Amino acid sequence: MNDIVQLRPEGLYCPAGKFHIDPWRPVPTAVLTHGHSDHARGGMGCYHTSAAGLPILHWRLGEQDYRPHEEGDEFRLEGARVSLHPAGHVLGSAQVRIEVDGEVWVVSGDFKRQPDPTCRPFEVVACDTFITEATFGLPVYRWPETAVVARDIARWIDHCAARGEAAILYCYALGKAQRILAELQPWIERPVYLHGAIASGVDVYRQAGVELVETRLVIDPANARAAREWAGELILAPPSAAGSTWPRRFRNYQQGFASGWMRLRGNRRRRNMDRGFVISDHADWPDLLRTIRETGAKRVIATHGDTEALVRLLNETGITAETLATRFGEDDE
Amino acid sequence: MKLFAALYQALDRSTATLDKRAALAEYFRNAPERDAAWGLFLLAGGKVSTARRKIAGPAELRDWVAEAAELPSWLVEESYAQVGDLAETLALLVPEPEQAAPERSLAEWIEEVLLPVAGFDPVDRCRVIKDAWRDLPFDERLVFNKLLTGALRVGVSQRMVQQALAEVSQVPIATIAQRMLGGWTPSPAFLRDLLNPQELPGDRQQPYPFFLASPLEQEPERLGQVGDWLIEWKWDGIRAQLIRRSGEVALWSRGEERLDGRFPEVEGAAAALEADCVLDGELVAWQPEEALPLPFSALQTRIQRLKPGPRWLAEAPVRMVAYDLLELAGEDLRELPQIERRRRLETLLENSEGPQLLPSPLLLPPDWEAAAALRSGSRERGVEGLMLKRATAPYQSGRRRGDWWKWKIGPLTIDAVLLYAQPGHGRRSTLHTDYTFGLWEGDALVPIAKAYSGLTDAEILELDRWLRAHTRERFGPVRSVEPLQVFELGFEGVNLSRRHKSGVAVRFPRILRWRRDKPAAEADLLHTLKALAR
Repeated sequence: MNDIVQLRPEGLYCPAGKFHIDPWRPVPTAVLTHGHSDHARGGMGCYHTSAAGLPILHWRLGEQDYRPHEEGDEFRLEGARVSLHPAGHVLGSAQVRIEVDGEVWVVSGDFKRQPDPTCRPFEVVACDTFITEATFGLPVYRWPETAVVARDIARWIDHCAARGEAAILYCYALGKAQRILAELQPWIERPVYLHGAIASGVDVYRQAGVELVETRLVIDPANARAAREWAGELILAPPSAAGSTWPRRFRNYQQGFASGWMRLRGNRRRRNMDRGFVISDHADWPDLLRTIRETGAKRVIATHGDTEALVRLLNETGITAETLATRFGEDDE
Repeated sequence: MKLFAALYQALDRSTATLDKRAALAEYFRNAPERDAAWGLFLLAGGKVSTARRKIAGPAELRDWVAEAAELPSWLVEESYAQVGDLAETLALLVPEPEQAAPERSLAEWIEEVLLPVAGFDPVDRCRVIKDAWRDLPFDERLVFNKLLTGALRVGVSQRMVQQALAEVSQVPIATIAQRMLGGWTPSPAFLRDLLNPQELPGDRQQPYPFFLASPLEQEPERLGQVGDWLIEWKWDGIRAQLIRRSGEVALWSRGEERLDGRFPEVEGAAAALEADCVLDGELVAWQPEEALPLPFSALQTRIQRLKPGPRWLAEAPVRMVAYDLLELAGEDLRELPQIERRRRLETLLENSEGPQLLPSPLLLPPDWEAAAALRSGSRERGVEGLMLKRATAPYQSGRRRGDWWKWKIGPLTIDAVLLYAQPGHGRRSTLHTDYTFGLWEGDALVPIAKAYSGLTDAEILELDRWLRAHTRERFGPVRSVEPLQVFELGFEGVNLSRRHKSGVAVRFPRILRWRRDKPAAEADLLHTLKALAR
C-alpha cells in the first residue's frame, strides 16, 4: 500500500512523514486540523497546528508541546512536505496538505464554504487525492444564507418577547455559538446571555480578536441571587442543557436549536424544539461536490458522516471514491 | 398559498394545544371562504389527488423530482429514506426559485391549477407540478406537496379543528362535529352551512359523534360501587350507529364511513322496528344458533361487500349487538342517564324478531371480584373484556375520560426476533421505528407481525444505532438486520389467515419489552402462535 495517508488503529497516518492527523490514540507526532474534541485529543508527543488554532487548543488541552505554523508555510516532517491551509470550519481550523515525491494529498478535516466572520475562509488546495468529511452527504442538505438565518433568530426573539418568553437557543459550544454571536451583530442591540459552558469559548474568541455582540453570564457570579425577568432575552446554551432541569429557571421560554440537522423537520420535532435554525459549520451537499471538483482530485476518500451516497455518486461520475471508517464526527453539530 | 403555508408552519412549530387552536381560529377568521373550505378539507385529512382524480402519484413525484433536481433516482430514494416524509423530501430537493412568482390562493392552486389536469396524461400533469416547484418558495412548496401526498401530519386532531371552528362561529362543537361526519365537498356553501347557527334539514340525516371509552388503567375498586356501573362484554367487531329516521335506514361506522347496503340483514331488522331511532352498537359476525360470535376475520369478509349474496349471508351472518339508544322517535336522548337510555333500548328491542338486533346483555356481578372473574373468561367467550359505563352518565362525544371504561383482558404474548426495520414518519422520520418480527419454523424465521410502538425513546435510539451496525441488506429504506434481538410482543388476538405468508394474522401487535436476556434461538415457534389462533 503506497497511499500517502493510511488508516491505522490509532488514526490517520502518513508513513513518509511519520506523523498522524487528528489521532484518537497517543502518538509521538500529531498534526491537528482543529480543536473540536473528536479531532484534538490529549496525550500526543507534540502537536503541529495552525497558529490561529493555538488559542483553542491551549484552552482545550492545556500546556503541551505545540508547533504552530502560519497558514500556507511549508514545513518538513521526515520525507513529507506539509502545510496548513484555512478550512473555514471554526477559528484556526485547517486542511493539511501533504506532498511526497511530487504527489499531493489534502486532508480537509471539517470544512465549510459559507462566509463566517469568526474564521478565515476555506482555501481551495489543488491535490491528487482529497480526504473529505461528508457530515451532510445528501442533497436534502442545502444551507440558506447565514444573514437570513440571523434575521430569523432576531425575529424569533421579538416573537418570544411579545409572548413574555425567553428564547433559549441551543448550539455547539465551540464555533457555532461564537459564529452566531458574530452574525447577530447587525440584528440585535441587547446583550446575549450565556450558559457557563459557552462563556469560556467566547472568551477565547474575544482574546483572538473576533468581534462578537455583548454577552453576559446567565449566572452572574457578582450577583448570583438577583431575580430577574427573562422575557425577550436570548440565551445561548449547549445542546446537553436541553434535556436537563437547567432551562426551568427561565420559567416561560421557547427552545430553538441551531444546526445543519435542523434542515429536516423530523430532527427538530424529535428533539421537541420550538424552532430549528439551519446554520452549520460543515459543507452542505452542493459545496461538498463543488469543493471536490475545484481541488481537481482524481481520488476522494470520505472519512465521516453520510459517506455512502457521496461515494457512490462520485464513482458514477468518474472520480474514484471510497470510505475510511474514522472516529471523527462522534459528537458533532 | 401564503396564508395556508403560514398556518401549517404555526401548527408544525407549536407543541402546545392552545397555540395550535389559536392558529387555527385565526386562519378560519382571516382566510377567504373558498380558501377556508379547502383548508378545512385538508386539515380533516382530505386528499386533493385521489385514485379517481389523479394529479400526481408518489412514484411519479419521485421521478419528476429526480428530473427537476437533476439527480439520479437512487439518490432521491436515499434522501427520502433519510427524511421520511415524501412531501418534505420533494421540497428539500428542488432548488430555491430565483424570484417569487405572483401569489395564488390555496383555492386557486387547487381549483385552477391542479384539478383541471386531474386524470390527464402524465406529461401534462408533470409540467404543471414542475412549474409550481419552480415558482414556490420552500414553505409554500412544502404545503403544495402536502396537497399532492395527503396527510398533513401536523399534530392536529379533528376535535381541535372543530373547537377552533366553534370558537370562530359560536356554533356548538357537537353540531359542527355532526355536520362534518361523512363525505362532503369543500365549498363556500358547505362552510356556510357548517357554521350556520340555525338547525338545518341535513342535520337530521347525520349520525351523532361517537362517545369513545378509555382504557381502564387503575384498579376497578377505585371506580366506587360496582352497582353504580352498567357492565357489558367488550365485543370484537365494528362499532357502528344504526340510524332510522322517517323509516329510512342508514348505517355508519365509527370511521365515519357509510356502511349502507353491506349488512342487509341488520338494516332489515331496523326497518321492522316500531319506532324511528338511533342505535349505537357493535356489528359482529355470528351464526344464529351458536353461543360464541365468529372471529373478527369472518366479519372482515363482509366489510367491503356490497349487496352480499346468499352464500355470504349464510357463511358470515352479521348482527348488531346494540348497547345504547341515542334518539327515539325524533327525540335526542343523549343527555339522559345511561341507565335510562338502556331501559328504553330494551323496551324498543323487546319485540324485534330474530337475532339481528339484540341488546348487549347486562352482566350483573355482585362485586368487582366477580367482575374480574367474568373478565378473565373473556377469551373463551370470544370477547375482548368488559365495558364499564357509569349509570348516571350522559352520552358524550369523543374520548372523554371518566364515564366509559374499557377493561380489556391482558394481551397474548410471544417472543419474536427482529428481522427488518425501516424509518418511521413525522417526528420519528430519521430513526428506524417500524419493525418486522419473525418466529421460528424449522431453521427459518418467518415474519409474523409489524410493530411500531412500545419502546422508550432511549431504547429506540439504542436499537437504531445497533441495527445500523448490524444491517445485512438494504432494500430502499428497509434494512434486513442480523436476527439477534428478541422482543416480547403483545397482541389482542390471532386468526388463521390465507392472505399472510405465515398463515396467521395477529391483531394490534405492539412491543412489550426488549428481551436482551434471551438469545434468538430461544424465541417462540410459529407453531406455538398457530395453536393460539381461532
